[in-house]
Amino acid sequence: MTELRGVGIGLGVAQGPIARMAEPLPAPQDTKSTLSVEDETTRVRDAVAAVARELEERGAHAGGAARDVLEAQAMMAEDPTLEAEVDTRLQAGKTGEFAVFDAFASFREQLTALGGYLGERAADLDDVAQRVIARLRGVAAPGVPDPGHPFVLVAKDLAPADTALLDLDKVLALVTTEGGPTSHTAILAREKSIVAIVGAAAAKDLADGQTVIVDAAAGVVTVDPTDEEKGRALTRAASRAAAASAPITDGALSDGTKVPLLANLGKPGGAAEAVELGAEGVGLFRTEFLFLSSSSAPTVEEQREAYTELLSAFPGKKVVVRVLDAGADKPLPFLNDAHEENPALGLRGLRALRASEDILREQLTALAEADAATRKTEAGPADLWVMAPMVSTVEETRYFTELAKDYGLKTTGVMVEVPSSALLADRILQIADFASIGTNDLTQYTLAADRLLGSVASFQDPWHPAVLRLIREVGAAGRAHGKPVGICGEAAADPLLAVVLVGLGATTLSMAPTALADVRATLLSHSLDDARRIAEAALAADDAASAREAAQSASTPVAV
Amino acid sequence: MPQLTRTVRIGSSHGLHARPAKLFAQAAKEAGIPITIAKDAGKPVNAASILGIIALGLDQGDYVTLTADGDGADAAIERLSELLTTDHDAE
Repeated sequence: MTELRGVGIGLGVAQGPIARMAEPLPAPQDTKSTLSVEDETTRVRDAVAAVARELEERGAHAGGAARDVLEAQAMMAEDPTLEAEVDTRLQAGKTGEFAVFDAFASFREQLTALGGYLGERAADLDDVAQRVIARLRGVAAPGVPDPGHPFVLVAKDLAPADTALLDLDKVLALVTTEGGPTSHTAILAREKSIVAIVGAAAAKDLADGQTVIVDAAAGVVTVDPTDEEKGRALTRAASRAAAASAPITDGALSDGTKVPLLANLGKPGGAAEAVELGAEGVGLFRTEFLFLSSSSAPTVEEQREAYTELLSAFPGKKVVVRVLDAGADKPLPFLNDAHEENPALGLRGLRALRASEDILREQLTALAEADAATRKTEAGPADLWVMAPMVSTVEETRYFTELAKDYGLKTTGVMVEVPSSALLADRILQIADFASIGTNDLTQYTLAADRLLGSVASFQDPWHPAVLRLIREVGAAGRAHGKPVGICGEAAADPLLAVVLVGLGATTLSMAPTALADVRATLLSHSLDDARRIAEAALAADDAASAREAAQSASTPVAV
Repeated sequence: MPQLTRTVRIGSSHGLHARPAKLFAQAAKEAGIPITIAKDAGKPVNAASILGIIALGLDQGDYVTLTADGDGADAAIERLSELLTTDHDAE
């Protein structure tokens, strides 16, 4: 047996046979066909029909929203306009492979040019083209495998389109060769509680059918394990399953120090699940969903309705709402349609809202109205906190908190996502009622590495001591002013990092609700002194990987 | 049977994307006669082509013109107009 290392997501362990995600096919060459036009046409028609039937079959099997996507893809394969385009190329003596590739590519350009939602459909079209070309070549279709039994998926990294089609009931674990702890794969794994190890480069040599143990807590993939190893992994998986069904308690350390565990939510509809999984409130409510699907801003009434629904789900509990965070990876045409060379460094977050202040004012109005509306209900109001995204100066802090208070919002704070805010946290917290650290953006800006760019994904690791130092600044400022410092990035969902963050001075942790159980269990096995000691060990490291290792060895062994 | 045309307004709140486009193209294909759809005064595209429809980039409130030719054109136009004016995203 051999062992491969990567970054584990969560604390789970799983085992099973590997199914690899086939790599994308190289583009076909534009060579002259050696077959007659009729023969090439027959080949293409057969391949297209086979792919369409396969997609329909998978759709019928998947059901729900996936069925619609797959049926739409089947129709794309047999689209009459596309068929005409393919035929034109076949008539010109092209090979079936090239004709399909080129005809799909011309449509793809049209869709991409339309942008936005339609641009995303381009990925669906690519997938269909790849399937048809794979069928013509007689090779495995790229994309999510379906071996017909539960499997450990090994992939380069998963795109959102792949994960949408993934039959999670069949996936025992995920192993990726690329991507870091904030990759789509990692986010999916946390959301769905799937055992995963990301960035295990050596996994590229694993073959279909090989048995592996994926131990996320240790960040190790064991290849061809012995029976004894398999038995141990089974026992651990069973005891972990028992821990997951352990009674839900409020977040606390072993010495009784309270660390409220909150949920990150993107829609009011997620509230019920969060409460069920033991969320003690909401640490980050993203309001983008109200805006992303529209070409103009939603009305105050629409917003008030959504906020009231959210607040009603958490009577007497804390709910932190972030005002619209647009720009960079979430562009909104009505807010900022100027082309920017570096959108992550552009008019985004609070900067964009300030430039369109009416949108911010409407949002604050709707929040204040929703708060007032829930005060009249029998269950009573939630404890509404409001914060601004991408705050980079003391002046912006003053601007936002004063404006929000004008609308009667009592608890107003800022997100710390930019190093300047972390470094001046002592002054920012003189003004703001609280700070909430967004570790994904803070990491991106500290390491100067675009979080959406795969080639610099290795820099996007919140364990980096430079990021931890900035968090320590904010934690110290919070303590000095007696003001809460929350964490609401992916970092809080990493159980050991959660302990480090508490050691650095975080007072609450907010995460995807499915991550709560693991974080709750890990916090309970450490005291505040432990947390501070582990944090010191991580801070003293030179890089992210050694910080993680230092924390692991400084941590008391997690109960197995 | 003469050629029939009708102009209707898109009802889906997210325009004619993905699912509504699929339902529409499916219905057009099942009609079994040539049917085209054009946005405003634009070039008509085959209504049975999901890609053609998606590429029109139709949004709620846009006006489109359906043209059908052949047996059952009346019923086909009726059915397709209904699909276009329904708000599928509200289901």
